[in-house]
Amino acid sequence: MSPLLNPLLALFLRDVRLAIRVGGGGGIGVLFFLIVTVLMPFAIGPDLALLGRIGPAILWLGALLASLLTLDRLFAADHEDGSLDLISMSETPLELAIATKAAAHWLTTGLPLVIATPFLGLFMNLDGTASAAVALTLLAGTPALTFVGLIGAALSVALRRGGLLLAVLVLPLTVPVLIFGVAASNAAIVGPVPFGTPFTILCALTLVSLVVGIFAAAAALRQGME
Amino acid sequence: MALIDLANPTRFLSLARPTLPWLAGLTAAVFAVGLVLTHGAPDDYQQGATVKIMFIHVPSAWLGMFGWTLMSAAALGTLVWRHPLADVAAKAAAPIGAAFTFLCLVTGSLWGRPMWGTYWVWDARLTSVLLLFLMYLGVIALWRTVEDPSRAARAAAILTLVGAINLPIIKWSVDWWNTLHQPASVVKLGGPAIHPTILLPLMVMALAFTLLFLTLHLAAMRNEILRRRVRTLMLMQAQAAPGSGS
Repeated sequence: MSPLLNPLLALFLRDVRLAIRVGGGGGIGVLFFLIVTVLMPFAIGPDLALLGRIGPAILWLGALLASLLTLDRLFAADHEDGSLDLISMSETPLELAIATKAAAHWLTTGLPLVIATPFLGLFMNLDGTASAAVALTLLAGTPALTFVGLIGAALSVALRRGGLLLAVLVLPLTVPVLIFGVAASNAAIVGPVPFGTPFTILCALTLVSLVVGIFAAAAALRQGME
Repeated sequence: MALIDLANPTRFLSLARPTLPWLAGLTAAVFAVGLVLTHGAPDDYQQGATVKIMFIHVPSAWLGMFGWTLMSAAALGTLVWRHPLADVAAKAAAPIGAAFTFLCLVTGSLWGRPMWGTYWVWDARLTSVLLLFLMYLGVIALWRTVEDPSRAARAAAILTLVGAINLPIIKWSVDWWNTLHQPASVVKLGGPAIHPTILLPLMVMALAFTLLFLTLHLAAMRNEILRRRVRTLMLMQAQAAPGSGS
């Protein structure tokens, strides 16, 4: 194992273990996703045709909120017990450490949302193809949400604030992901645009936010720990 | 004079103080010329007198974007050079930029009522300006939540730069989204080239609005420096007070 990958692997495994064991709160995102999705029919009404039409949008909004709200404590918890100082003082570049933490976080909170989507699609009157399309777009799009949310999570350490302020700061930045995620889902279900066009743009957005999110989060953490 | 000479707030204040009345006077003069020209501009053959909303609406939209550009430049100054006045400039620009963006939204809405028959449509331009406004509000909220100005400055600088990268992407996505959903009833703006009788007043008004922005920004920067001095004095006073333990 090369000297660069070893600490990153250790960090990855540590974060995954912390998330899935007691006190990690890894499953709470899926629970939130379930509750938001179940609340929607109460607001809109039990009209199955309508729910089928706006189902992809509801699932995307639920996943957006669930993945952003779970990010709140990503760096704050590490900052409180001092491990963030150790990570930032180590020889491993902070950007790579942040990318590793983001990957571990996505694996424990983003991926469960994708897996839950076909089941929640049943509530939204989505057939098999539609559910698969929404799940596929979420698979490509939730990493973008994680990377954008990283900026908010890092700022919450720098500012010693969390909660609503971060949602206000980060949510406008997620508009492109939401647009192309829902557009790709709808393209697969009803058309008229071919699925490939919005889907590839969604993948491109994920890659852009990977770069922007990681570097901005590293800058915010460096500023915040001075 | 280099930009770094302005880094001393006292020197900046001594320059800002005599400049402000001149800048304000120039703003008023250009506004007077612009308003006279606007009054003389012909009404549109379709839109009537409502076309004159444009002379406020378009400059406001430009300055809404100019405000974020100014904040991004100041954010670079904060993060790269630690320029002491850069965060003052960024903080002062946020509410002014938000105000112009809001003015753009309101005038656009009032213009849309007679033209489109509704105050709001989810048109691509309107939507992206609305998102710009929301991001301004986010930055202002950030400035107002954190009490330590230098800590808030660096966080706001990072957020501003991320916003500067994302705003074109948001604008482009909204355009794409809008062409997908574009209802047929909405009249597209722009269309034919603008006639010089309208272009000249528009340019003069744009200059007047820009001068107004700069005047307000300079005054707001001066106020912010003074506000920080008052804050430091109060902190020192509280430290020196009997029973404070120091």
